[in-house]
Amino acid sequence: MSAQHHAKPTPVGGPLLNAVTLTAGVLILIMAAILAVRFFYGLGSVTNLNDGYPWGIWIVVDVMIGSAFACGGFSVAMLVYIFNKQEYHPLVRPALLASLFGYTLAGVAVIIDLGRWWNVWNMYWPWSANPNSVMFEVAICITLYIIVMWIEFAPTFFEKFSMNEAKRRLSKIMFLVIALGTLLPMMHQSSLGTLWVVLGQQVHPLWQTPLVPLLFLLTAIIMGYAVVLFESCVASSAYRRSIEMHLLTPLAKVMLGVVAAYLVARLADLLWRGVIGLAFAPSLEALMFWLETACFVAPFLLIGTESQRRNPARLFVAGIVIMLGGSLLRLNGFLIGYETVIGAETSGVNFRYFPSLTEILVTVGMFSLEVLGYVIITRRFPVLPREEAHA
Amino acid sequence: MATRRDFLKGALAAGTLFGAGQTAQARETHHVPEGALGLLYDATLCVGCKACVAACKAANGNPPEFSTVDHLWDTPLDTSGYTFNIIKMYRNGTMETKDSEINGYAFMKTSCMHCADPSCVSACPVSAMTKDPVTGIVKYDPNKCIGCRYCVAACPFGIPKYQYDSPTGRIGKCELCRHRHKDGHYSACAEVCPTGATLFGKTSDLLAEAKRRLSLKPGSITTFPRGRLGEAAAPGVTWLPEPDQSYEGPVGHYQQHIYGEKEYGGTQVLKLSAVPFEKVGMPKLPPYSSAATSETIQHTLYGGLVMPIAVLAGLTFVAKRNVKPDEGDEQ
Repeated sequence: MSAQHHAKPTPVGGPLLNAVTLTAGVLILIMAAILAVRFFYGLGSVTNLNDGYPWGIWIVVDVMIGSAFACGGFSVAMLVYIFNKQEYHPLVRPALLASLFGYTLAGVAVIIDLGRWWNVWNMYWPWSANPNSVMFEVAICITLYIIVMWIEFAPTFFEKFSMNEAKRRLSKIMFLVIALGTLLPMMHQSSLGTLWVVLGQQVHPLWQTPLVPLLFLLTAIIMGYAVVLFESCVASSAYRRSIEMHLLTPLAKVMLGVVAAYLVARLADLLWRGVIGLAFAPSLEALMFWLETACFVAPFLLIGTESQRRNPARLFVAGIVIMLGGSLLRLNGFLIGYETVIGAETSGVNFRYFPSLTEILVTVGMFSLEVLGYVIITRRFPVLPREEAHA
Repeated sequence: MATRRDFLKGALAAGTLFGAGQTAQARETHHVPEGALGLLYDATLCVGCKACVAACKAANGNPPEFSTVDHLWDTPLDTSGYTFNIIKMYRNGTMETKDSEINGYAFMKTSCMHCADPSCVSACPVSAMTKDPVTGIVKYDPNKCIGCRYCVAACPFGIPKYQYDSPTGRIGKCELCRHRHKDGHYSACAEVCPTGATLFGKTSDLLAEAKRRLSLKPGSITTFPRGRLGEAAAPGVTWLPEPDQSYEGPVGHYQQHIYGEKEYGGTQVLKLSAVPFEKVGMPKLPPYSSAATSETIQHTLYGGLVMPIAVLAGLTFVAKRNVKPDEGDEQ
């Protein structure tokens, strides 16, 4: 197709032992210690989970938000291979790497949170499977997607170890792998939102809608682009490389288009269901709703014009704000706008949830694991485009 | 360089995911099965003795739970992974009159409602939570359960609960003492209830009995059965014979509402109360289940995998054109 000449990915090189990797290492060790306690003494020993809030930050942050942050690979690959925007090709590999880690760790985070993890094989056992369950669909799709992403990323390893024959063979079916790698996240990212439909009126009406799969899909795509903006800026500054502004500026415009579509869908849904008035009630939910919405509106002020989109600092901030907005949507529906409706007035038991320090440290450890993996792979494997190309 | 046309094609492929679902059939809310077993709880007959709470503990082999400093008696405040049944109390003002909304008090039993269309069953990814096709009992199988606690989050009554203090924690909930049925025993809470406030039987019989009570004049004298109502049981089960335990008593000042008759498509446990149900901790629920809403969305998008396969075909077609054969090897 396009005859554009792209910089070939090359390892960044440099030392693996530095302040960042050491800090990450320590945080990972702390997480390991906490998890040892969790596996010997139960979930209650290190978390503040209770029967009013059976899901905490390990699910909502590590899995729901973590996997949405990991949509960079999917969002960029879709742009390049489905919408045929070949100019973004150099962004695919680094984005895919971040996705690979994000998803693999989301999978690990699920296992940690499972109260009876040794039974997890039932998920893949046809006689146990429940296709009516939204979670079943999510689990199957995420599992397949992790496998698909490792295959998508395999050329990087083939290059590193000069396995040219394997690489050539894989390249022949790569289009199928890429198609699957686009379909699967569309399926499970939307279904992560559908998960709360069965919770019924326990989820606040500002978030409880049958349209939630579309809202989750759009925000996952948006967050994917936002992560690419964020991560490109961080990688450039950390590795002292020039920023790929010629790619990020138009990418930001694409992102804004999807944000606009999302905002239209979100507002139309609230009007259609006649619950917009709840956004003006004096409640924590209303406040959180406006914070969430502000995060999706802010990018139009930050990077609304072409000249603003040429400013890396603005792209960086817009990326962060969008990541925050998508995170708030997930946090609001699953935790802040969630309330077990029965019985507080007759039992005197009022369920509350705020994560414990140990719970937070595990989440921090999970993200540290991601940073450590990213540093090791980009320094030793051909992921980031060779620097000289745009110098 | 037909990039614009390809872009449109890609958009078309992506749009299919949401566009094609319009014609799919909505999944209706399930109704209570013909042979459904359940309980009728009449709050006006309940004296708050909690014999049912103790009997439930014994029948299910659950340990006591303490909420007082001296740890002398089993004093759970709510249902939990170790407490499947509890009597809660409504209090107002001076608490002088039983079953009065103002300056009164009232009791309410909290345990699994055995929904016609349970959210927990729809939510469970591994079929650890299932609804018996004959008796309608919502059953739990710890050997399948992965402990994801989606059932805990999904239940509108806050019933399935998890044992957070154990590394091998299970979900705990009422199963109508189905493990005792083969020995001729029915739900322990109904067996021991001294006033017949908790009555065991076929849901259709219990519904008829509830309607009979609502049709009577408050304060007039009528006959109240105790224990179980009728002989209906699961195939192969015969209840142990028991003497007629019915007695005469005054009809309560009921709300004209049988809780569980319509809620979420109906529940197999039915409730009568003199105080409005929302005041005694029973949520106001629509006549359709959220399981039906959730499964309608899932089946619309994924039924028979028709749409995913169609979208995959579209994506593959477009990707085949756009992915260069030497992908990842651009020299």
